[in-house]
Amino acid sequence: MPSNKSVSDAPIIQFTDCRILREHKLQREDLWVRDGKILDPEKLFFDEQGYADCRLDCGGAIVAPGFIDVQINGGYGVDFSQPCEDVSAGVSLVAKKILEHGVTSFCPTLVTSPPAVYHQVLPQINVHNGGPDGAGVLGFHLEGPFISSEKRGAHPERFLRTFRSGGSDDLMETYGSLDNVAMVTLAPELPHSQSVVSTLRQKGVTVSLGHSVANLSQAEDAVRHGASFITHLFNAMLPFHHRDPGIVGLLTSDQIPAGRTVFYGMIADGIHTNPAALRIAHRAHPSGLVLVTDAITAMGLPPGRHTLGQQVVQIQGLHAYVAGTKTLSGSIATMDMCVRHFKQAADLVLLDDGLRVRTTYISGEEVWRAEL
Amino acid sequence: MRLVILDDYELASEWAAKYIRNRIVEFKPSADRYFTLGLPTGSTPYGCYQKLIEFHRSGDLSFKYVKTFNMDEYVGLPRVHPESYHSYMWNNFFKHIDIDPANAHILDGNAENLEAECNAYEQKIAAAGGIELFVGGIGPDGHIAFNEPGSSLVSRTRVKTLAKDTIVANARFFGNDLSKVPTMALTVGVGTVMDAKEVMILITGAHKAFALYKAIEEGVNHMWTVSAFQQHPHTIFVCDEDATLELRVKTVKYFKGLMHVHNRLVDPVLSIKDQ
Repeated sequence: MPSNKSVSDAPIIQFTDCRILREHKLQREDLWVRDGKILDPEKLFFDEQGYADCRLDCGGAIVAPGFIDVQINGGYGVDFSQPCEDVSAGVSLVAKKILEHGVTSFCPTLVTSPPAVYHQVLPQINVHNGGPDGAGVLGFHLEGPFISSEKRGAHPERFLRTFRSGGSDDLMETYGSLDNVAMVTLAPELPHSQSVVSTLRQKGVTVSLGHSVANLSQAEDAVRHGASFITHLFNAMLPFHHRDPGIVGLLTSDQIPAGRTVFYGMIADGIHTNPAALRIAHRAHPSGLVLVTDAITAMGLPPGRHTLGQQVVQIQGLHAYVAGTKTLSGSIATMDMCVRHFKQAADLVLLDDGLRVRTTYISGEEVWRAEL
Repeated sequence: MRLVILDDYELASEWAAKYIRNRIVEFKPSADRYFTLGLPTGSTPYGCYQKLIEFHRSGDLSFKYVKTFNMDEYVGLPRVHPESYHSYMWNNFFKHIDIDPANAHILDGNAENLEAECNAYEQKIAAAGGIELFVGGIGPDGHIAFNEPGSSLVSRTRVKTLAKDTIVANARFFGNDLSKVPTMALTVGVGTVMDAKEVMILITGAHKAFALYKAIEEGVNHMWTVSAFQQHPHTIFVCDEDATLELRVKTVKYFKGLMHVHNRLVDPVLSIKDQ
């Protein structure tokens, strides 16, 4: 029986025979969606005296919120850091393909690049919702160039920068516009970083700490100024030391302002972090963990040589190295691989299901389905 | 009355559910002629609801042409509170069946004018043609719905202040914190339930045994309001062994001896598939 249409004419879809991830548990509940929004069925029943217009049998599958990847450098041959005329075509291709991995929103990530690249690439993409054509773009993640030379990883040294005055001048000069930027990774030990962190925070940009040799108090200071994220924990930062835990110490720091959480990205591809380290981080601060792919151009492509920003990269199996070295250069694991690996490594109490993506929905509309 | 005694809670729940099922299916409800059902909440009817949901899932029972009227609801408890009777009915029954939301009536404990809400409820019942079958439970103090000891046996739907016994009994649903239990409720009256064509009271567990004894082996008494149903032409008490512990052996033996008659009411069990 459809609703009495007192609130909306839009059809109500009821996903039945599914397990939904709610309150950190998998629960046998139906999921109700109308107009791209999840409904409270109890409210629908008593207030609107409404019911479903159509039912979708999920066949016992797990219904999870669409995955959000906040660190993805490209994939399927596309490199977001590579300037070209039609950046949006590349972003759209990746956006469409990652639906297969269950990713419904993402932050195209740019590694350290010269200002010209930012000025050319950033204006070409706008924040937009996902749909049948691909995952939604939440905004760019600018990883660099204000990072530590010592912990630059695969980022090209010649394009690293420091803050000259610490105001928005440095940001504007380097990036151009911050309109479509969701996140910036920087090293807080760089002088004048505090005011930059505040400025970014005020503009609504998430500040993430990474590629840095900061000690714990420098990191805490950055958090006080508004930083709220850590870029790929453990990688490209000082290792945890019991007398100065460095950025890793933020997970259990007591200096975090009340009501705020520090989130941390983890590349759970089985390569960037040892599963034991993954578990330590998770147990120390389970509610802050965010899985990211940090996927590069080669994700989805066969082994061989490919470009990443201004560097050349070598793929061997599931590893991606800076060509000619043993420095890891991003991962080629897909988001659903990371979820599976994390479940196995962290031994979560989830029902044992392969966690393979069967169907992806955006706003209640099916946008991808696995061939069975 | 009929006193139907089953061995345990599961069997009692099943018998009750089958009875309700047969009554609805036999009635052949349609868009012109709805089956009106009065419903309780609490731990006693939970098993019965589970069984009814099972019958619905197997395709043997539909609630499309059933109108329901719940007995009561707390006053002042937000509807979304997990212990509200709205939440109970949604989670344990309505969300699993095919009832039209417009036909599921529950008193609104947050209404602006509680008295008007109660009067309107009586009118809704009358407009629906009265209740065919009112299912209820019994409190440890012998109350039906929230008709606490001392309630008029001809009472109608109204606001009641809960007795200490009831508040204590309900504390377990509110983290055992007496201060969190609502003190008032809207409830159908004893008279309201007496107006139903048929009444079925579910009573299970040893803690209800004394109340059952008072309700059926002693006189009609407003201190044990369920006793009012001694004067109803069609009452069925469905209970488990434990609930009979305070009854006379003679009573229990008599009614157990009638089980072959009682069981004809649920065997064969009817299905809409056969219609």
